Amino acid sequence: MRLGAHLRFLALGLLLAFAALPAAPASAQQVNPTANAVKEQQFLDALKGNPSAELQGRITIPDGKAATLERPAGREWRAFHQGTMVRIGAIAVIGMLLLLTVFYLVRGRIKIEAGPAGRTLTRFNAFERFMHWLTAACFIVLALSGLNVTFGKAVLLPLIGPQAFTNVSIVAKWSHNYLAWPFMLGIALMLVVWIKDNIPSALDLKWIAAGGGIVGNKHPEARRFNAGQKVIFWSVVLGGAALSVSGVYLLFPAFAGGVLNLQFWNVIHGVVGVIMIAVILAHIYIGSIGMEGAFDAMGSGEVDLNWAKEHHSLWVAEEMQKGHVPGGKLQPAE
Amino acid sequence: MARMKFLCDADRCIECNACVTACKNENEVPWGINRRRVVTINDGKPGERSVSMACMHCTDAPCAAVCPVDCFYTTADAVVLHSKDLCIGCGYCFYACPFGAPQYPKVGNFGSRGKMDKCTYCSGGPEADLSPAEFQKYGSNRLAEGKLPLCAEMCSTKSLLAGDGEIIAQIYKERVVKRGYGSGAWGWQTAYKETIAI
Repeated sequence: MRLGAHLRFLALGLLLAFAALPAAPASAQQVNPTANAVKEQQFLDALKGNPSAELQGRITIPDGKAATLERPAGREWRAFHQGTMVRIGAIAVIGMLLLLTVFYLVRGRIKIEAGPAGRTLTRFNAFERFMHWLTAACFIVLALSGLNVTFGKAVLLPLIGPQAFTNVSIVAKWSHNYLAWPFMLGIALMLVVWIKDNIPSALDLKWIAAGGGIVGNKHPEARRFNAGQKVIFWSVVLGGAALSVSGVYLLFPAFAGGVLNLQFWNVIHGVVGVIMIAVILAHIYIGSIGMEGAFDAMGSGEVDLNWAKEHHSLWVAEEMQKGHVPGGKLQPAE
Repeated sequence: MARMKFLCDADRCIECNACVTACKNENEVPWGINRRRVVTINDGKPGERSVSMACMHCTDAPCAAVCPVDCFYTTADAVVLHSKDLCIGCGYCFYACPFGAPQYPKVGNFGSRGKMDKCTYCSGGPEADLSPAEFQKYGSNRLAEGKLPLCAEMCSTKSLLAGDGEIIAQIYKERVVKRGYGSGAWGWQTAYKETIAI
């Protein structure tokens, strides 16, 4: 009985206590624990002004990269890689091939006007030819393996099937990674050896004004390298430098400083790469089928005297003065 | 066919990391790779939330779009899988993924990442269902056994939901209505271009 009385007293006490706090149970239902919690929508709204935003948190596993919960910036890179990159690449490569075909049909092969003299002079020594072909051979493999990354799955994959295409792509990837180094060496050597002949001068403006002899039939004066060749030189040196820096970051992703930087370097590498391919296609054309006598410069290193006089008149004069032209002193330039 | 999705109810996640452990164990995931992880946002501050994240098996998946060798495919259940036989370890899927899902067994210098590994929604790979080759490359194939991914199945607070998108969205909506709040279906807007109105 005494226990019962106590319980009744307790119950009464509780009742009074609740009466004193009238809204307590109701207000507990109104508490919103997420009122100040981070919501995904806030992050997505914040993204609108900053496409490279990442949602970072804390993790308990050792892999620090995993602390990024969301990184929607990948979509921009995807849009670039699947759209812009494909378009730029196709325009650069196919566009240049079409342009060269049209040029060949219109202009034809540029002949040595005076006909071959039969006498030659040395244009590039063995070391110069070595560094040129070192760079060139690497570049061809690098270009094809690079194009494979963007165009392979549309062009090659349907032809040879998935497993064969993967095998080709793995070989292409390793070739790309390893041949990058002799390519960079070649670029560095060419820079050192040829820079003195590639400083732009007033003569280059005259050469360009005369259409370089490419458009029209004039043969504007030029020293060892004409303005067109200087453009190739600087494209190769600067483009090669851009490809080297971006490529090294892509080869060592741990030093690139995160995925956003890798995306950036990938864009640079892709765009500069296809522009370089276009430039080099033009270079290959004019150095082979486009012009009679041009290939010998990098082939045997010995060019025909008349070819040299027509395209590099001032250089021939210098070489003659130095006595580098066999029999040159006896028969000065006409 | 179902459209399989993950949904992490961040208001229920207690950051116990059991999903991470369960995934590693069930799929015998290589050392150094975590197909699933728990990220805590605003750690130690009011409104702190933890979200369990893995591959979201996106609609129109970015990884599949950028893959130079087309090694990804989407199953009839809308699960995004890939072939380790075709993968060349180039890292492009990692550049494109909004959730950091693709991972590689090696450091990655000099293109030596190895074959990419990611959450398979516990549904193996292109090999024959439940074959030893499939298990060795991709881990468990619980979907072939009629089960859902283990991470979600064993979640103690039922924060992590896996299953048909419409059904788990319905479960989440009911929760939100009942308790009166919800911090949103994390990653849905990014992965599926839709979200759950709350």
